[in-house]
Amino acid sequence: MVIKQISVFVENKQGRLYMLTDVLAREGIDLKAMTIADTMDFGIMRCIVADPDKTLKVIRENNFTASITEVIAVEVPDVPGGLSKVLKILSDASISVEYLYSFVRKHKDNALIIFRVEDPQAAVKVLSEKDVNVLPGEVLYNL
Amino acid sequence: MYWNEHIECMPIDQMRELQSRRLQDTVFRVYQNVPFYKKKMQEMGIAPEDIRSIEDISLLPFTTKDDLRENYPYGLFASPMSEIIRIHASSGTTGKPTVVGYTRNDITNWSECAARALVCAGADSHSVVQVAYGYGLFTGGLGMHYGVEKLGGSVIPISGGNTKRQIMIMKDFGTTILCCTPSYALYIAEVLEEMGIDPRELNLKSAILGAEPWSEEMRRDIEKKLNILAIDIYGLSEITGPGVSCECDRQVGMHINEDMFYPEIISPDTLKPMADGQNGELVFTTILKEGIPLIRYRTRDITRLNRDVCACGRTSVRMHKVMGRSDDMLIIRGVNVFPTQIESVLDRFPELSLNYIIYVTREKSVDMLEVKVEMSENLYSDEVKEIEKLQQRIAAEIHAVLNINVKVTLVGPKTIERSEGKAKRVVDLRKI
Repeated sequence: MVIKQISVFVENKQGRLYMLTDVLAREGIDLKAMTIADTMDFGIMRCIVADPDKTLKVIRENNFTASITEVIAVEVPDVPGGLSKVLKILSDASISVEYLYSFVRKHKDNALIIFRVEDPQAAVKVLSEKDVNVLPGEVLYNL
Repeated sequence: MYWNEHIECMPIDQMRELQSRRLQDTVFRVYQNVPFYKKKMQEMGIAPEDIRSIEDISLLPFTTKDDLRENYPYGLFASPMSEIIRIHASSGTTGKPTVVGYTRNDITNWSECAARALVCAGADSHSVVQVAYGYGLFTGGLGMHYGVEKLGGSVIPISGGNTKRQIMIMKDFGTTILCCTPSYALYIAEVLEEMGIDPRELNLKSAILGAEPWSEEMRRDIEKKLNILAIDIYGLSEITGPGVSCECDRQVGMHINEDMFYPEIISPDTLKPMADGQNGELVFTTILKEGIPLIRYRTRDITRLNRDVCACGRTSVRMHKVMGRSDDMLIIRGVNVFPTQIESVLDRFPELSLNYIIYVTREKSVDMLEVKVEMSENLYSDEVKEIEKLQQRIAAEIHAVLNINVKVTLVGPKTIERSEGKAKRVVDLRKI
């Protein structure tokens, strides 16, 4: 149930982000979800792609510092309070969330949220127990 | 005005005799007491008796900063520790500092040099001297301090930093002479202006500035902004500290205290002596030191010598303002910095590769150091706060080694330009 996310260090320099997206474009890699966290000096791009292992290799070959991070993809009803309900389950289980961002596409009319949590296995367990749908990689990578 | 007219204006042939005698004594001393020199001289087939006059100096071996490192900390001392009364240190080329020791006579002689320098800058027993060089292992503060006491002036041992307090004391205590780095003098001038204080409200007459490279333009700027005479002083802890040489008020070259430090200029490539007036690497032999006498110490400073008698009447040989280095040492806010010191810190972080570049800039007269380093291909954390913490940890470890703050910038692998041959590690953008 744990999804492989690609995380890439991008220095805050004109053209650097373009270089990264250009590499992905040339290799025909589709960004299924993406977010960028940024500071004064650098940013970190996190993304979901169909073939994370190949993507990591390609990105590193093109001189970027990158790694695979384990995240989970959670199906959240697209109604007010939907996200809040999921966060309460994690909070009650004392699992802290490092960051989250939403998927571009929907799944069966539900929103998809990518969560980076301190303990992904435990998060999958408590969410499943509360009937929250956590999507496996095969489904997500092919969306 | 001279502090020691007998020595400072000594006829040349008499000076050569004095130097010859002192060189012979020094060579005997190191041959007997320092195994490093005995071994080196034996390998070269030189005995102390072979040194009959100062002209024979070129028979002797050189000493380098690496030799000091390999004999860290006390291996080159020629006096027992019971006779060493002071220890100073400066940056080494790696993590370990270069250590020097002084006997009571060494401190007396060094104070003499600093007193001569102070008189060169117009000081006398009525002077109030504010020593804004750092006090501590760095020789700047204590070196000038002892000079002022020897001279009988009044010393204000304020050390560096806290500029507004420096200015308040300068104004209230009636400071007549300021000792600090040239960039700090310029910074004081800028803060004075910000505070709306006219330098003519101060009692300041001159400043003795050194420990870092500066230009003639910078001198004129300081003199104009502070309404003073700015005097260039030279020194290095290996030889003694500030006062190895100093300008007089004619400001044409620094008078070397050659009764204690015999200068030569060599080609850094062939190591052959060069003629007076030619630019090359400055080499000193300490001919009156007891604690750690050094034979033909390669300073790595590029300059030239002038033996014309100065208009001030001093006969001592003068050295031109230092024009550069024959190694990659940087001087940042008066602190010696070797790229290898920074490299040894970066090497401790598995998150980094060893490709780095150091940018030096000068913002508002303050030297700034930025270390740009490539990360390894593996991103060890994708959290912003963790990466910021890494930057801070690197900066803290560099601070622990150099004692100066640096900005650390992380960049992607292979994004720093590669140069063919020797890697370019330093980009100095300062307009000195």
